[in-house]
Amino acid sequence: MKVYLDNNATTMVDPLVVEAMMPFFSEIYGNPSSLHKFGTASHPALSKAIDQMYKALNASDNDDIVFTSCATESNNWVLKSVFNDYIVSGDKNHIITTEVEHPSVLAACKALEKEGAKVTYLPVNSEGVVEAHVVRSFITDKTALVSVMWASNETGMINPIKEIGAICKEKGVLFHSDGVQAIGKIPVDLQDVHVDFVSMSAHKFHGPKGIGALYIRDSQPLSPLLHGGEQMGGRRSGTLNVPYIVGMGKAIELATTNIEEKIASIRAKRDRLEDELLELSDTFVVGSRENRTPNTILISIRGVEGEGMLWDLNNGQIGASTGSACASEDLQANTVMLAIGADSELAHTGIRLSLSRFTTDSEIDYVIAHFKKAVERLRAISSSYAKVQPTLGGESKACELHH
Amino acid sequence: MAKNDLLGASLWDAYSNKVTTLMNNPNHQGEITPEQAEKNGNKLIVADFGAESCGDAVRLYWEVDPKTDIIVNSKFKSFGCGTAIASSDIMTELCIGKTVKEAVKITNIDVEFALRDHPDVPAVPPQKMHCSVMAYDVIKKAASLYLGVDEGSFEEEIIVCECARVSLKTLQEVIRLNDLTTIEQITDYTKAGGFCKSCIRPGGHEKREYYLVDILRDTRKEMDEEKMRAAADAGSKASFEAMTLVGQIKAIDAVIDENVRQFLIMDGGNMEVIDVKPSPDYIDVYIRYLGACNGCASSATGTLYAIEATLKEKLSKKIRVLPI
Repeated sequence: MKVYLDNNATTMVDPLVVEAMMPFFSEIYGNPSSLHKFGTASHPALSKAIDQMYKALNASDNDDIVFTSCATESNNWVLKSVFNDYIVSGDKNHIITTEVEHPSVLAACKALEKEGAKVTYLPVNSEGVVEAHVVRSFITDKTALVSVMWASNETGMINPIKEIGAICKEKGVLFHSDGVQAIGKIPVDLQDVHVDFVSMSAHKFHGPKGIGALYIRDSQPLSPLLHGGEQMGGRRSGTLNVPYIVGMGKAIELATTNIEEKIASIRAKRDRLEDELLELSDTFVVGSRENRTPNTILISIRGVEGEGMLWDLNNGQIGASTGSACASEDLQANTVMLAIGADSELAHTGIRLSLSRFTTDSEIDYVIAHFKKAVERLRAISSSYAKVQPTLGGESKACELHH
Repeated sequence: MAKNDLLGASLWDAYSNKVTTLMNNPNHQGEITPEQAEKNGNKLIVADFGAESCGDAVRLYWEVDPKTDIIVNSKFKSFGCGTAIASSDIMTELCIGKTVKEAVKITNIDVEFALRDHPDVPAVPPQKMHCSVMAYDVIKKAASLYLGVDEGSFEEEIIVCECARVSLKTLQEVIRLNDLTTIEQITDYTKAGGFCKSCIRPGGHEKREYYLVDILRDTRKEMDEEKMRAAADAGSKASFEAMTLVGQIKAIDAVIDENVRQFLIMDGGNMEVIDVKPSPDYIDVYIRYLGACNGCASSATGTLYAIEATLKEKLSKKIRVLPI
């Protein structure tokens, strides 16, 4: 059996989505900006995709949902254009974000700092959540933008977006949320929550890679990131990626129709998996289940290094993810893990399991069995569980490495 | 960056078969108990290196025959990734049968080499080279416990890059000999900094005593100073005409100090060099008299000739002294 439990990294494209996309490669391939029938032939499908997006997010007709190439583009667009429009060409100088954002927010903020922006990186609490009162305390009259992710890719923890949105509205500060890990996983109602900009990505909800979107409340001004042919009402140039837009529309519809039912089904499997894994001694899971995306588990297993665990899971045909420093190209410890600050060991023993609506009960059974076997094997090798103690003077002098 | 870098390397695919095999089934994983060692009449040494909180930890067990100092049995326990476990396993294998003093000579390079499938193909990708360093560190610790000496005594030189085992002395020499100016060049010449990258600058995987950026900067600074000193030394021997203006003024001052100034001061006067201007036929040295010399009749005749004659003799026949 092969089990994919890395759905926070990317998801399988739903075959129904592929089916919806297929006609727009070799049959209906005209440029939608053209006047002839080859071009306009795609318009009904594009309109439908736009309707599917607005409906899924409960966006108002006065809002914009602009298709982009990915959420990285959407995040960069908001940050760089707010910087240009309100800091370079305005009287603001400050952006607030968090320590645990996706690199497309953090790296963009670092770049803007070099260009003169002041950026505050808010800490998270031990659950990995950004607290609304902390956001409030850092807003000044020079703050142009608050950018807080809706839910965390690493922990699945959901931030108090409604409260933060209300604070930003009250203070007259723009509010952006990277919604990549929330949309399609939990209900997102943009009438209920005050957010100015929301980034999203299709491949996190069983759509194709290479297509994302940016929601812009009340079609408010935001200078474009890409200049060119004035597509998307001039907001985002570049020939419309017709099959992928159609795919994203279909995918968001499938993900959000009867979402409560889907959540209940995924949550039941996730909770069963979590309960079983927590029966292992010396383990813990980050964050409360209630405030976590229903598909995510970040579990720490004492004595078992993350990459070693991934290796054994991989040998068992299970795909998961780790925050372990060793698994990354640059050996740097995971910033999210360190930001939670519970224990530096977590940065090396964390395994993230993320389910999807395609995950089955028999897959969960298989993972439970294999996971326990892997922990048993690796703990048998682990120095953390060795019984014979070092010769006097042979003890390790704390951590000789530095992160 | 180029074509081959567009897709990030697949970490695990770069492991040798030996690494994969030993990770899946380590041969020397386990413990040696004090009872076991005692029963065999051997001495048990157990040494730790690293910690769970830093992502890598290893415990090495040696059963040493006290009569011969030979490691007759060795085991390990490891908290770490696949390459850390495989490195630890091959390390214990390399230790068995060696005397403690021989074992100390096992380096991380030997460990990595023993994990290769083919002598020319690295066993692990560059960023994983570091895992074998811990094997080397824990051996030194075990040996220091057995021999009752300080771990530092095993290191004959200061190692800056542990992964490639490049010493401070080597780095300084390579920078000098090849006139290197960038970290990339240092890595190309020595491999230092090409693996886990901790030694390049502060803030990497591991805290280091020496960083390549500092070594490069300091060595370059020394080289520059040496160059200047060499130029100054060469200048004093070189022809006066070939000197820079500053060099010429310094040379003139030195000659005046040694041969003239004391006599002027005795008479209550002094002089200073104002400027030096070369022309096709002469090198004009402009001076100003100070104190009693100022207005003294001899200052335009005898004294002036004496100064000019001395400078001509010591520095250049072309010198003409002009008081202003």
